[in-house]
Amino acid sequence: MTALIALVVRDLRLAVRVGGGAFVGVLFFLAVVVVMPFAIGPDLNLLRRIGPAILWVGALLASLLALDRLFAQDQEDGTLDLLLTARTPLELVAAAKGLAHWIATGLPLVLAAPVLSLLLNLEPLAIGAVVLTLLVGTPALTFIGLVGAALAVTLRRGGLLVAVLILPLSIPILIFGISASNAAVTGGLPFGAPFTILCALSLGSLVLGPIAAGAAIRAGLD
Amino acid sequence: MALIDLANPTRFLSFARPAIPIAGVIAAGLLAVGIYLAFFVAPEDYQQGATVRILYIHVPSAWLGMACYVVMTLSALGTLVWKHPLADVSQKAAAPIGAAFTLLCLVTGALWGRPMWGTYWVWDARLTSTLVLLLIYLGLIALWRTVEDPGRAGRAAAVLTLVGAVNIPIIKFSVDWWNTLHQPTSVIRLGGPTIHSSILTPLLIMAVGATLMFVALHLAAMRNEILRRRVRTLRILAAQRGATA
Repeated sequence: MTALIALVVRDLRLAVRVGGGAFVGVLFFLAVVVVMPFAIGPDLNLLRRIGPAILWVGALLASLLALDRLFAQDQEDGTLDLLLTARTPLELVAAAKGLAHWIATGLPLVLAAPVLSLLLNLEPLAIGAVVLTLLVGTPALTFIGLVGAALAVTLRRGGLLVAVLILPLSIPILIFGISASNAAVTGGLPFGAPFTILCALSLGSLVLGPIAAGAAIRAGLD
Repeated sequence: MALIDLANPTRFLSFARPAIPIAGVIAAGLLAVGIYLAFFVAPEDYQQGATVRILYIHVPSAWLGMACYVVMTLSALGTLVWKHPLADVSQKAAAPIGAAFTLLCLVTGALWGRPMWGTYWVWDARLTSTLVLLLIYLGLIALWRTVEDPGRAGRAAAVLTLVGAVNIPIIKFSVDWWNTLHQPTSVIRLGGPTIHSSILTPLLIMAVGATLMFVALHLAAMRNEILRRRVRTLRILAAQRGATA
């Protein structure tokens, strides 16, 4: 247990101190949100209606972008070999690294979302809904992405391929995240049902992601 | 003959030699009969007219697009759990065939949708999940081509195949969970099929024929893959010998 906590702390330190990983992700998120009004047009009513979707797509792309270094860096400097030979099960190591990665890159996206939603003219209730769905949904994105990051260790320069492989699997999260936040924006439709499914997807990926990632790393390195 | 007896590639090749033409000939016969029945004997739909005949291509290819992924999922389990030596060969061979059936299903569906629904494409749950299936197939094929060592590529693809298997029940039950444009289940359902036997019989003949065609293609692709790996091994050996000499 202490080993896992140490691993989480180490990854967080690296994320904060080396290259400002968290801030680059938020910056990319900002860039996506800023580009959208240029593409769609500055109609504030339209932006308010599709705002949750823009924020979700931005968060999805930003979290995909951050993925490929998750295990690759550890493989380059040899840390991954040490982690493989350690007594701690690889699945738990993957889970700890996923947790650290979510705190370092997923959580800042959630925290940035309310500020960015002001740019999109969202109402307070809609902001709350988007932030809540992102808070529940980004762990699912991270832990499904964990599988892709683990495959990236197997592949040489597979960064783009990993995004292509992971994107279809993250579509359900996108669907339920957006339908829950849209329900809060437009009213009428229930918020609870898609939100509960989103929670279920997150919990499921929390279990399955590390197992699959562990299998992928073992497959890639022997 | 049990599945484990085929673990030896040489034994598999001697099994495949007669099995491929037998399955192929039966498939060709059934498809010929099925197409004849579908186009000349089966009645036209009282609402849809002759376009209903697309069904005889569309439905079997949809079934096989999914069945092929199920075969790949079982093969992935075979690779990761039982370490069956031919499992990753079967998985690699199945992916392009499954992608082709899924594409055929999407294209025929679009051609059918244009006169029936007035549009080639809608973002309906079943259509979208089938498109996702095609994307997963294409991603897996790309993954196979990125990694050079077949064993390593097989294990990586197996992990991804198992993760992607979540999509299959979503496709199967999408028409029951989301009540959108695509019609609900009408053949394999509790309480028997809702289709009249004059349409159901040619459909089932086409489905069995297409399945046997899949078996023949799959076995042939597996045989090619085994031979390709032998060539690869021979080349590496020759290169090593050249390096030491």
